[in-house]
Amino acid sequence: MYRIVSKKPLNSTVTQMEIEAPLVARKAKPGQFIILRVDEDGERIPLTIAGSDAEKGTVKIIFQIVGGTTEKLNHKEEGEYLQDFAGPLGVATHTEGIKKVCIVGGGVGCAIAMPVAQEFHRLGAEVTSIIGFRNKDILILEDEFKACSDRLFVMTDDGSYARKGNVTVPLKEMLEAGETFDMIITIGPLIMMKFVVLAAKPYNVPVTVSMNPIMIDGTGMCGCCRLTLHQDGKAVTKFACVDGPDFNGYEVDFDEAMSRNRMYADFEAHAREEACNLFKKGEN
Amino acid sequence: MAINPKKHEMPTQEPSVRAHNFNEVALGYTEEIAVSEAQRCLNCKNQPCVAGCPVNIHIPEFIAQIKTGNFEEAYQIISQTSSLPAVCGRVCPQESQCESKCTLGIKFEPVGIGRLERFVADLHNSRSDVTVNVPESNGHKVAVVGSGPSGLTCAGDLAKKGYKITIYEALHTAGGVLVYGIPEFRLPKSIVAKEVETLKQLGVDVETNVIIGKTLTIDELFDMGYEAVFVGSGAGLPNFMNIPGESLKGVYSANEFLTRSNLMKAYRNDPVTPIMKGGKVAVVGGGNVAMDAARTALRLGAEKVYIVYRRSLEELPARKEEVEHAMEEGIEFLLLHNPLEILGYNNPDDPRDPKNGFVTGMKCIKMELGEPDASGRRRPIPVPGSEFEIDVDTVVMAIGTSPNPLIKNTTAGLEVNRKGGIIVNEDGLTTRKGVYAGGDAVTGAATVISAMGAGKLAAKSIDEYLNA
Repeated sequence: MYRIVSKKPLNSTVTQMEIEAPLVARKAKPGQFIILRVDEDGERIPLTIAGSDAEKGTVKIIFQIVGGTTEKLNHKEEGEYLQDFAGPLGVATHTEGIKKVCIVGGGVGCAIAMPVAQEFHRLGAEVTSIIGFRNKDILILEDEFKACSDRLFVMTDDGSYARKGNVTVPLKEMLEAGETFDMIITIGPLIMMKFVVLAAKPYNVPVTVSMNPIMIDGTGMCGCCRLTLHQDGKAVTKFACVDGPDFNGYEVDFDEAMSRNRMYADFEAHAREEACNLFKKGEN
Repeated sequence: MAINPKKHEMPTQEPSVRAHNFNEVALGYTEEIAVSEAQRCLNCKNQPCVAGCPVNIHIPEFIAQIKTGNFEEAYQIISQTSSLPAVCGRVCPQESQCESKCTLGIKFEPVGIGRLERFVADLHNSRSDVTVNVPESNGHKVAVVGSGPSGLTCAGDLAKKGYKITIYEALHTAGGVLVYGIPEFRLPKSIVAKEVETLKQLGVDVETNVIIGKTLTIDELFDMGYEAVFVGSGAGLPNFMNIPGESLKGVYSANEFLTRSNLMKAYRNDPVTPIMKGGKVAVVGGGNVAMDAARTALRLGAEKVYIVYRRSLEELPARKEEVEHAMEEGIEFLLLHNPLEILGYNNPDDPRDPKNGFVTGMKCIKMELGEPDASGRRRPIPVPGSEFEIDVDTVVMAIGTSPNPLIKNTTAGLEVNRKGGIIVNEDGLTTRKGVYAGGDAVTGAATVISAMGAGKLAAKSIDEYLNA
């Protein structure tokens, strides 16, 4: 069992938790993920690590309530326990040789982008961050990004806060103005990452994308998280859990990944509704 | 008394009933049947059956005890050499092992050794008065990576000799393939849990949620004071055919399909982990895993299930009883058929059509058998112009696995072969001092009993190494 050391809502649907998991905390690096189960007989879900403290033995996770399991997770309180918490899984984000980086985060993806930005900042790289949200109400982690970025662009789709537009707007402006980066790292909705790749392509700037497919075991056994990369004209199957979650953005088949991620959309919507009803019943 | 030429039949659930539930298919011998079956054993001097068993169970001796009703004594004889009798009695391919060597089998059907083993083990497990003798500690610590059949066997054998054993398991439940792979209707999970519980009573610690190669490395295990490590991390990533359409929604690896159903209980009425149920299902492959996937699909409510296998019935590698059961349950075998492409739905007028990207069918080609290939089996060759399509909603690829790279990538000096299997010598020793390995991590996908044999061999070698 793994104790919830702290819990903090970041907005109405996004929550941050610190979990006591000393073995995971000792090894966790930015870009890696964990698998958790909320309770006995629960679903295994992957969540990217949003920070870790080896001395305290804690791992930070930030999650958005999207289905039954995240709904149940959000009902757990400080001092309560999670059934299972395994990791760190996946390959850490590569940082070697990158002196100037642009971090592009979207929505709850910013939670995963943040430790990556912090790591580059710690290593002395020049960090430009672009974070985007649908609107002001779901904005998260602005101060944290400010603290670790040499430059920060905040965008909202509807213009309700900071600048109106999506994350590719400032990226394109910089690239058009002749600025370049050793690496663009983008983390967020698949459609956003696809467009970041398209925006960077004319300028030949390398792009790393962080993929978040559906997973079951997360340890290289079931193959559910497979995605197709196009390498030298050949389609190659890769597994996000052991080969990723970071991949070369120019090689990823985004349309296929988006289609696969919607496989259980109906089930998820239904499961969340069920979980909500269950909790409502409990409150009455 | 004349010998009954036939094995006593295994009582089973009716095919029409069991095709719709996840309860165990085979119900097991009664005491009366078991004694009667045991009496068929000739107790021949040369004991060829023992040589046919990968863990060399003293078969005639335990059967002799059944003849006289000493069932617990029979169990004790089996458990001298096997850590998982209730499991093996159910999942071993006896027809190609012990029973294939049975002297009685020359003229008649061989003795039902597997069925007798199962009877003895189940009777033992149903008793509440059984206590485990905890052996005296010998002061040595050994780590076991993975809690599947090889790891459990290695741990059990060493624990009985007084070693302090910790098993590290990546998943949340111990048992490995016995839990995530083999379905409830063939191996009830309560039996696996019972076997694991017995090991715990022997003093074995089981640490779940620890991924060796990630959470801890092999080198760290030595730093923690373990003097030897056994790696039984299992088969790893699923293989695909590399044909068009394998990323469509509705295409599963057998590992994923079975893990969703077995480990994550997607077969229950209120699952938290989804799985595609119903419709028409094609399972590609001919091994035990393919049979398990096909029969699981049927029980999940499929209206039609096909096994698509490129060779003929004769080459089908699955355990004979499973093939027979699958056929009785109404699974259609498309033998000498090979998939060419998986077809999916695509609405050209509406890219947001929710049906887009889901499987609608599979294009297959008929095969014929040519000359024997490297495996000694006749090579299947496509018959030109014989392509046709079948309507299916779900496709399960059960064509094997490739070893998981996590341990290899984080253990300096641990060498693997061309296919990624860990290289071991005849003692189960890897290229790293003190590190032993066995099971699918070494051989690629194989059987439960061969993994147990490897775990047993490694336990013996580790014992010799630490006492040298």
